[in-house]
Amino acid sequence: MEHSTLVLFFAAVVAVAILIYVILDGADLGVGILFGTTRDEHERDQMIAAIAPFWDGNETWLIVVATVLFAAFPAVYAVFLSAFYLPVVLLLVGLIFRGVAFEFRSRSARLRSIWDLGFWLGSAVVAFVQGAAVGAMIQGIPVTGGQYSGGAFAWLAPFPVLCGVGLAIGYALLGASWLVLKSEAALRERAYRLVPWLAGAMVVLLAIASGATLGIADRIASQLAGRLWGLVFPLAGVLAVAGILIGVRRRRDGWPFAMTAVFFLMAFLTLAVLFWPYMIPYALTITDTAAPEASLSFLFWGTIVILPVVLAYTIAVYWIFRGKLRRSYS
Amino acid sequence: MGLDLDPIILSRIQFAFVVTFHIIFPSYTIGLAAWLATLEGMALATGNPVYRRVFDFWLRVFAVSFGMGVVSGIVMAFQFGTNWSAMAEKMGPIQGPLLAYESFTAFLLEASFLGVMLLGRARVPPLLYLFACCMVALGTMASSFWIICNNSWMQVPLGHAIVDGKVIPADWWTITTGPVVRWRWPHMLLGAFLTTAMTVIATGAWYMLRGTHRDEARVMLNWGLALAAILVPVQIGVGHRTGDVVHTHQPVKFAAIEARWTTQQPASEVIIGIPDETAGRNLFALEVPRLGSFIASGTWNSREIGLDSVPEQDRPPVLVPFFGFRIMVGMGLVMLVVSWLGLALRWRGTLETARWFLWSAFLSFPTGFVAVIAGWYTAEVGRQPWIVYGLLRTRDGVTPSLATETAMMSLAIYVTVYLIVFGFGAHYIYRLLRDGPTQSGPGPRVTAGSRPMAFAGSAASAAGGDVKAGE
Repeated sequence: MEHSTLVLFFAAVVAVAILIYVILDGADLGVGILFGTTRDEHERDQMIAAIAPFWDGNETWLIVVATVLFAAFPAVYAVFLSAFYLPVVLLLVGLIFRGVAFEFRSRSARLRSIWDLGFWLGSAVVAFVQGAAVGAMIQGIPVTGGQYSGGAFAWLAPFPVLCGVGLAIGYALLGASWLVLKSEAALRERAYRLVPWLAGAMVVLLAIASGATLGIADRIASQLAGRLWGLVFPLAGVLAVAGILIGVRRRRDGWPFAMTAVFFLMAFLTLAVLFWPYMIPYALTITDTAAPEASLSFLFWGTIVILPVVLAYTIAVYWIFRGKLRRSYS
Repeated sequence: MGLDLDPIILSRIQFAFVVTFHIIFPSYTIGLAAWLATLEGMALATGNPVYRRVFDFWLRVFAVSFGMGVVSGIVMAFQFGTNWSAMAEKMGPIQGPLLAYESFTAFLLEASFLGVMLLGRARVPPLLYLFACCMVALGTMASSFWIICNNSWMQVPLGHAIVDGKVIPADWWTITTGPVVRWRWPHMLLGAFLTTAMTVIATGAWYMLRGTHRDEARVMLNWGLALAAILVPVQIGVGHRTGDVVHTHQPVKFAAIEARWTTQQPASEVIIGIPDETAGRNLFALEVPRLGSFIASGTWNSREIGLDSVPEQDRPPVLVPFFGFRIMVGMGLVMLVVSWLGLALRWRGTLETARWFLWSAFLSFPTGFVAVIAGWYTAEVGRQPWIVYGLLRTRDGVTPSLATETAMMSLAIYVTVYLIVFGFGAHYIYRLLRDGPTQSGPGPRVTAGSRPMAFAGSAASAAGGDVKAGE
């Protein structure tokens, strides 16, 4: 099938924005998940400090994804959000609670434990529903006449739940390796100890999920059979996991995060090989769902101005707050 | 009239609920941004430190309001996909890019001048700081422009074509600058300015009543009253033209607002009454003959269509548009009286001692918010039974897979979370307002990034305020 240049451009924008979102917000969501594993106030404060300058900018990328999806691929926006009606509600509520907890936990001694719970739970719920959505997509989303035609709880089937837990652990791995990069002393050591366990758990879950995928979705197997070159991505993912472990062993603070990011990139590319050119596998392709050219060309000019700005802003914030965390931005 | 709780009505209630919370914040933020730019300009022009103190104070309110507006706005955009997916799919080619440009505008703003405004006071030259304030004010207005474009297109679709049964944009120029958005956008902006002006007046009056922060209160009263006194008449004019747009393009909605059940010539005006939707008449109506024709068409003898001119399935509900409109106009009249009386008292030099007036001004704090919400209800309920007027019925726009139980669940979750989160937010703004402008201390320290709420808190503590949100 032929895809117009504009359609390909916006598909690329969506893909890149999702990838940036998953890696960046994944790390701060992961720190939020790990937040629940300690009761030490000092460690908790350090964890918050490690993500405080970044998290809201990271969430901007989720808004970029949603915005461009609605404008450029309205049918995907419609099917995806109605298929994941309750997960989306939980996602939004989780993000709101997380954001508010960020602001309020330091200001109120009395309600701190409640905001802390909100922060942890919000992070975990957001991570879980994102993974469950991916799982449900792999399983297949029933679409009739361009609209979702399944039930409200399809995302709570065993396979999506497995993927939800898997992504939460994956985010926790990103979070732990981010803490390795940003923190010092006791917290850094603890994060170092967590990384191999989380990486191991993630690999095990992913192996189960991959096996299950080939079992439940024939279409995935046939798609893969036609694109065997695509296996290079999961293989590179395995190497990335090895890189994580080597980084931990050699105590190279930057390695675990970089290698986890590479791992996520490879997982993303693997999914792309399995799904392309479908946006809702295997019901709607990018061209099926794209808005008319008159919409895309109108949108194009804003996009090429704004995306570099958001990108530059993201880079600037990460550059300004580079290195180990300092007191000044706690 | 029985209320069947189906996914359509639940989705409408949910949208109305989140929009009611949401609209409070951006309409406040737009006005506050302009007010802050004005204060900063006055501080630079006169060198009078009181302007700086008033600025620093309102900047904190602005920061919280901005943060709340962003959070609640995101929820709204997602509603289009979750609850109105049939509309999102069919109308996305037009609504999607308009809302995308709104997000883009907000991104630009947050990535640039907002940070300077919140954190850059000590780091940039004064003129650049003023420039940043002006850009933030313009940016919030630009944001609202895209929202009004989108909504105006839903009210009166123009500039589109239907090809193979699909709605596609044919003329973006008409979509973005058409005859409807041209009046509705200024109407909304003026509503936002007046909302802010009334809260500024009320806050000043509050301090005068309590005998605190007198210098700052004087600035607030003088500027707020003068602004409202000028803008209310302008708004009445623009509002009238907005009504003309409705009269021309949505005559049935106009009939609903007027509770005009049957076509009349000449048409009378129902000043107030209780529309009885089942019987199709007005109870206890106070009617003025011929005035309806005059308001609608500017002549005393025009023929004005009634609700009976269209089949029953094309008629909007009457109760909400009828009362929504009258509440909005009523609030406008309260603003007019308060602002003109206030200026008259100031002229006679008794403004600061007339406690009865200060009390009325204080109590008029919510008039702008009430007017904005009532106006939106009038516009949105009056559009029914269409979600996109004449193109798509509301019941055809709802997500087909949405079940009643699911919709109830989400509604319950949103109500709970909003009451908690925005309850805290409103409480926080209340405390900021109550404590008032404090001696400006050292500039706010850099907290985590450019988070508006964090800024408000750190500025408050840096300035010695005792704001403890979350208590």
